Amino acid sequence: MSSYASQKSAIGAGKLVRAALYAVLILFAVYYLLPLFVMLVNSVKTLDEIRGGNMMSLPEHFTFEPWLTAWSTAQIGVEPTGLRPFFVNSLFLVVPAVVISATLGALNGYVLTKWRFPGDKIIFGLMLFACFIPFQIVLIPMARILGLIGLAGTTSGLVLVHVVYGLGFTTLFFRNYYAAFPDELIKAAKMDGAGFIRTFTRILLPSSGPIIVVTVIWQFTNIWNDFLFGASFADFDSMPMTVALNNLVSSSTGVKEYNVHFAGAILAALPTLVVYIVSGRYFVRGLMAGAVKG
Amino acid sequence: MAFLEIDNVCKSFGPVDVLKNISLDVEEGGFLVLVGPSGCGKSTLLNTIAGLEGLTTGEIRIDGDVIDDLPPAERNIAMVFQSYALYPNMNVGQNIAFGLEMRGMPKAERDAKVQEVAKTLQIEALLERRPGQLSGGQRQRVAMGRALVRNPKLFLFDEPLSNLDAKLRVDMRTEIKRMHQTFGTTIVYVTHDQIEAMTLGTKIAVLKGGIVQQYGTPAEIYNNPSNLFVADFMGSPAMNLIPVEIDGSWVRLTRDGDDPLVLDFDQLPASVGNMSGKQVIMGIRPEAITDSQGGAATRASSHRTVTAKCRIDVVEPAGADIFAITALGGKEVVTRLHQDWVGQAGQNHDLVFNLDKVVFFDAQSGERLR
Repeated sequence: MSSYASQKSAIGAGKLVRAALYAVLILFAVYYLLPLFVMLVNSVKTLDEIRGGNMMSLPEHFTFEPWLTAWSTAQIGVEPTGLRPFFVNSLFLVVPAVVISATLGALNGYVLTKWRFPGDKIIFGLMLFACFIPFQIVLIPMARILGLIGLAGTTSGLVLVHVVYGLGFTTLFFRNYYAAFPDELIKAAKMDGAGFIRTFTRILLPSSGPIIVVTVIWQFTNIWNDFLFGASFADFDSMPMTVALNNLVSSSTGVKEYNVHFAGAILAALPTLVVYIVSGRYFVRGLMAGAVKG
Repeated sequence: MAFLEIDNVCKSFGPVDVLKNISLDVEEGGFLVLVGPSGCGKSTLLNTIAGLEGLTTGEIRIDGDVIDDLPPAERNIAMVFQSYALYPNMNVGQNIAFGLEMRGMPKAERDAKVQEVAKTLQIEALLERRPGQLSGGQRQRVAMGRALVRNPKLFLFDEPLSNLDAKLRVDMRTEIKRMHQTFGTTIVYVTHDQIEAMTLGTKIAVLKGGIVQQYGTPAEIYNNPSNLFVADFMGSPAMNLIPVEIDGSWVRLTRDGDDPLVLDFDQLPASVGNMSGKQVIMGIRPEAITDSQGGAATRASSHRTVTAKCRIDVVEPAGADIFAITALGGKEVVTRLHQDWVGQAGQNHDLVFNLDKVVFFDAQSGERLR
């Protein structure tokens, strides 16, 4: 009887702990979601309503106007172009930069683990070192090199910068993932007559799903969100979204259109948000897959 | 001329010599087993035959052609790996066909070959499955299928049974032997399990420290080990290795708290007789020491037996036999008694020594005295 009672009280205590746990989790979720909520509600209000105060209230007059303005007519440079051309700039920047850096990182990882050569560990160490170099340090030498090779102020130049900077990370990801990939499979492929490229494309790459997702998310968010390189190396025609958003928000003429700014900021964050939602669960799984062998 | 000739092969990794002057040959249709403790160089030797590793000096020939400089794929060799190394992203059929595909064989022809091999190995029902959905035994069959489908001149097996549980291991051992008999293939097989070596091989090479300790048929290796290492490594339970004193044609084994046991050999080889007063190790397999019931058969078949009373310390019934442990020359000596033997530990019993099966080693060098 007493054991039944103690069991019952243990269950009761368990429920209490669980409730407390959920309370804390919900609190933190609200904490993190609040800024997004503020941005969302204010991006669909009229400017008058925002000026009236109370940032937290739901809109009285629902309007999509700020979104359309931010997208296609907001004054960013001389012309009222909206964020659209810069969004396109960012896409033309981020897609090739992600594809190239991920491809090279995968090839590096493949060579560093499966086609070992004398000194490969030193090379890998140096590439790892690249992950710790702060952005600011490379600004001036990079500007000089871009000038020398005639890519200053172009999207291609910016792609190059991001590929070079991202290579250390992508190599690290793929190397660690492939280090856990059984060597016997590579040997078997050699015996079967597959060469360097076909072993990679037919055996290794089809098993690399999780780490490709991790690398793409990492590179996509980093490059899409980058402001410093974009502000330093792009000219007006190749300016990425982040820089354009800054110009929109910090323009000193006219009225501050907060609703347009909020809409623009959400637009700028949308692609990374989509990438996370679509492939987020692979992200965690991929990080784990590289960490534990077998 | 042998089919596979390994001629004076040396392999070093930097300053470390892994293989030292290895020379072996296998007839067509032969089954060579490379056996030895881990780190003895057996897998390295297999990899040099496969072409996955180069060799430092020496030559490897198949059918008279030197293959040293050929890449693995052009050597016409297939290999079954320890983990089976099935490509996880392909189904069984694609796994088997991959080697043919890499060689540019048209799809229709490939499919026909895969069907044929799948039929002989009875894995037709599995062709659409992924390796992850297969059991250990099925995986091994697929790995063998992948090797068989290319119809290579030589098969290499790298410890293919070590990942299986005990029962399956015995079944698969039989399966490999059956495949060898059915297809008449030439096989080089690496293992650290001496029972696998004995049961599978037509020839066994015992390796240690990158050196071939002995090369011969299973019977030669078992009955005539060429040194202490081979004597100790091959056979289970291991051969009894007992320090003895030589006195003319007598061999004296000390016993705790008892008179020494003297075995009268009538005649010993000169090399052993000359060792009077020096340290000599006598090797005798457990089955060469038996009880009087088993001894009757021994007496009938061998030239010379000696019966002596010995104190049995421990009795271990093992079903088919009874292993009894006595002490001779300061060593525990395992004897193999008839399953009907009745006796108690701690008492003296008659043991029959089959002197035909006794071998001697120089205790200093470990070499066999013949």
